[in-house]
Amino acid sequence: MNLLRELLDSLRNFLVTIGATTLFFGRLLAQVPRALLRPGLIIDQLHNAGALSLVIIMTCGLFVGAVLGLQGYDLLQRFGSEDALGTAAALALIKELGPVVTALLFAGRAGTALASEIGLMRATDQLTAMEMMATDPMRRVVAPRFLGGVIAMPLLTIIFIAIGIFGVQLVGVQLFGVDSASFWSQMRSSVGIEDVMEGLIKGCVFGVACSLIAVYEGYTATPTAEGVGRATTRTVVTSAVLTLILDYMLTAVLL
Amino acid sequence: MRATRTVEISTGLFVLLGFAALFFLVTQITNRELSINGRSYEVTAQFENVGSLKPGAAVSMAGVTVGRVESIVFDQDVYKAVVSMRIASAYDRIPADSDASIMTSGLLGGQYIGITAGGDEEYLAQGDRIVFVQDALVLENLINQMVASFGRRDDASAPESAGGQPQEAQP
Repeated sequence: MNLLRELLDSLRNFLVTIGATTLFFGRLLAQVPRALLRPGLIIDQLHNAGALSLVIIMTCGLFVGAVLGLQGYDLLQRFGSEDALGTAAALALIKELGPVVTALLFAGRAGTALASEIGLMRATDQLTAMEMMATDPMRRVVAPRFLGGVIAMPLLTIIFIAIGIFGVQLVGVQLFGVDSASFWSQMRSSVGIEDVMEGLIKGCVFGVACSLIAVYEGYTATPTAEGVGRATTRTVVTSAVLTLILDYMLTAVLL
Repeated sequence: MRATRTVEISTGLFVLLGFAALFFLVTQITNRELSINGRSYEVTAQFENVGSLKPGAAVSMAGVTVGRVESIVFDQDVYKAVVSMRIASAYDRIPADSDASIMTSGLLGGQYIGITAGGDEEYLAQGDRIVFVQDALVLENLINQMVASFGRRDDASAPESAGGQPQEAQP
């Protein structure tokens, strides 16, 4: 009986979280047009979420591409078709690895920063102070951070993909000696503009999801040191799970 | 002031890098340059079966790409696939009796049209039709033929062993 009650409780909590996040998203969207009137704040956040994530994104992109080159080459040379390495790696990077890995890194690098920053503002009563001064913290603090993340994520995805393809090329062509011309021409003839659009759409959706979760968790964090820590952890876990679930749905729709 | 400058510069760099990467992907990785730069002419060919040939596939002579497949449509009057190809004007001395065949590049490669030069004095020009064609190899048909030929050989080598079994009606 106790078990059943706990189960019902956690189910109710789950529904409450989903509902609260959706309502929060609505309030956030209502503030977006007015937040756009102050582009300086958004540029600051674009710097925090995007420019500062650049190094980690580029490093990871290079190595994900290089590993793809190693594994792809090893697999394809068994069939004697290592020329298809460019096609296989580019499609994998553009359609799946690019958006998903970027989203996971983004949640770890920028999402946690957002959540803990807003959570600490809550814990140190900065948000309450803003309300006292008749400044809506949703507009002044949350919306610019959300927008910065939403703009940064697709750009980071594209950079990750481009660097990744460079990494594949480095391993496949420079190291294993796949013919450079057939590497590029096979890639070019089988990757379409719609594949790039698919990756870009995924990047945008993941950007909205990860940024929303980060600002929501930060904004609703329990105003204690422990609460902020828990909010940060939840940001990463929820973002990662939601990214992978959304990825399945988006792939099913876009394929 | 100085701190703001750094923020703006690095943000600008980030955005610029993002768009440069997008430009790279769109122009270098995808197959946008289907149309041949410069002047070209169009010829058509009718195939019984084009296999998995797609618009944008290469048209090559002796392994060198001389053009691209422009469109593939099904002609209801002759029940054949009509493939129109755009060939660069630089290659304007292709004999009119050349033949076009659909070939596959590599094991996993896509299909393309290979043109083998004929011996005619006349050259292909805008709007011409290549008469001599060879269809795409369809693996199922190939296997069918192989099975049929094996079956025939078995019949020939062991005609008596089947006994008085009634044979299938054969033309």
